[in-house]
Amino acid sequence: MTTTQSSVVRDLGALAHRLSHPAAARCGCEPPQILADRPDGTVVRSGAIVAKAHAADTDREALAARLALAADPRLTGILLPPLTLPPPAGPGARPVTLWPLGTPVDPDDPGAAPWAEAAVLLARLHRTEPPPRLPPTRGPAKAARAVARMSAALPGDPAVLPVLAGWRALPPWARGETPAPARRDGFLCHGDLHLGQLVRHPAPDGPWLLIDVDDAGVGDPAWDLGRPAAWYAAGLLAAEDWSAFLDAYRSAGGPAVPADGDPWPALDVPARALTVQTAALALAKCAAEQRDPDELEQLMIESCARIATLPPQLATDPAS
Amino acid sequence: MMQCPKCHAPMNTYNRNGVQIEQCSGCRGIFLDYGELESLTRLESQWSQQAPPAPPAPQAYPAAPPAAHAPAWGAPQHGGHGGHYGHHRQKGFGRMLFSS
Repeated sequence: MTTTQSSVVRDLGALAHRLSHPAAARCGCEPPQILADRPDGTVVRSGAIVAKAHAADTDREALAARLALAADPRLTGILLPPLTLPPPAGPGARPVTLWPLGTPVDPDDPGAAPWAEAAVLLARLHRTEPPPRLPPTRGPAKAARAVARMSAALPGDPAVLPVLAGWRALPPWARGETPAPARRDGFLCHGDLHLGQLVRHPAPDGPWLLIDVDDAGVGDPAWDLGRPAAWYAAGLLAAEDWSAFLDAYRSAGGPAVPADGDPWPALDVPARALTVQTAALALAKCAAEQRDPDELEQLMIESCARIATLPPQLATDPAS
Repeated sequence: MMQCPKCHAPMNTYNRNGVQIEQCSGCRGIFLDYGELESLTRLESQWSQQAPPAPPAPQAYPAAPPAAHAPAWGAPQHGGHGGHYGHHRQKGFGRMLFSS
């Protein structure tokens, strides 16, 4: 950890603590707790206040539009609203936002994971008319960035080959090389759904809400279903959990997949792209931590190898 | 080139385990010639003898119940019981399901 990062952590902790109770009150607070510390998001909690420092290169206008989205009364009960608008920050500094504390998904109790609740929240989000000024989602660009990060972390390493093969088998639009087909565009999307993006608020047992609007935007809602779809396809997510998620999404009128019939024509390409993205980031992480992929990471890499052998729509693999 | 009887988009021919299959470039429906389904079924049963639990039925018929569908590139444990996941479920999720 660099000194810059730890000073960000210290400042966030002090800020959250200052706001967590009146200044005059006697203080028996526990030290601030670091919830995440990465260049793209440092999150520190004190009492019932959570302070987040966003990436240094954050587009301030886009962040303002996303905060306004989280505060939009139309999304009450779907997105966790921020406590205040972001305090101004000088050039070069990381913008800071403040949030109420929620209770996250318990990583040690997979049986209690709120798959159906997450799906209903997504369906309601996707059905909401996007506000003006919200930027487009960047699903393909994020996948491309993950692959670039992997390639830079493991130059010439054969471990990247199945992931690169899966990447090359994606259609060019899913690699961010050409514009995406416009057929399912224009929906309000979360942009980064995983189990860390759900909290109960008020803590500890309020209703589930989606958090983290840093990737929220306007785009194809199938990308929000792409991670669970990718996990299911790789064998990480049980069929009953996937069914609970998909059925709840459909029952809530989610527009990413047809109301009945096969959902995979809509999900296939985003799920493939997110499989490659997940495997690429896993290998980059393994390189940084000087370790081998764990069992689940290995499943995603194996999925990439299968993706490479079955290109989407099979159009690039014509026989005779 | 063949046209899809359902959505009229062009169909592409490809080879799966030695069986020629036409797939629609639009709706991704699949057309099998006489005897091809039997060939696939035979290949499938050979595969499941080699590697239990049984792999998924080829994703050939969009009319089949959708909930348990997996894509063609899905992990071979789909359709079987237990598999990797039952094991993971007891252990917890791993960090992957909680990170970007």
